[in-house]
Amino acid sequence: MADVNRGNRPLSPHLSIYRPQLTSMTSILTRITGNAMLLAALLIVWWFLAAATSESYFAVANGFLTSWFGDLVLFLSLWGMWYHTLAGVRHLIWDNAIGLEINTAEKMGYAVIGGSILLTLITVIII
Amino acid sequence: MAFLTDRKRATGMGSAKSGTHHFWSMKVSSVALLFLLPMFIFTFGGILGSNYAEVMTYFGRPFPAIVAALTILVGFKHFNDGAQVLIEDYVHGLMQKVLIILLTCLSYGAAAVGIFAIAKLAL
Repeated sequence: MADVNRGNRPLSPHLSIYRPQLTSMTSILTRITGNAMLLAALLIVWWFLAAATSESYFAVANGFLTSWFGDLVLFLSLWGMWYHTLAGVRHLIWDNAIGLEINTAEKMGYAVIGGSILLTLITVIII
Repeated sequence: MAFLTDRKRATGMGSAKSGTHHFWSMKVSSVALLFLLPMFIFTFGGILGSNYAEVMTYFGRPFPAIVAALTILVGFKHFNDGAQVLIEDYVHGLMQKVLIILLTCLSYGAAAVGIFAIAKLAL
């Protein structure tokens, strides 16, 4: 028998002692931001539907979207949108087998994080 | 069996069950959204907070209305493709199929509601 200890070996990756890498964190954040934007997307669709229905219904939806909670959801989604967009650009670059070295991937990871914060602030200032 | 080519024997047997169509359609919609989303953010973000009459006039114009409708259409298609991969990664068996069907209903339903509303505003 080559391996008597089958089934009783430590499992890998050891999540409890695993040091999170920038590459894996930026990757999972891409998925989280992409799917979390569903909430804002549905709110915006609701806003359009309300506007197309009547002035009083528009007041309800518009009041919700411009409330502090609506502002919070839209602000976080705005950052999520820029993050997901820049991370998507990184994927479009990777698709050409460019920038896959760990050093380059990490540099682009920092650029995605920094760039998304910068673009969010610029957007908020302009709007 | 001798009449089957190696290619024919392999087709559809991978874990994805199909070719690269899903991957490619996500690439196409992502590049479209790269242009659509900034245009949508600055048109929708600019008018959000205005009163009813201003919103009606604004989306009566072709550019904001077409940008909004295209963003909602392509955005929900891209969401549908992406969230399907999310489900395929974490859920398996019958529940996977049920969730993908529900996801598809939600995506196309939301897109249809959005486009209907914008068309009504614009026309």
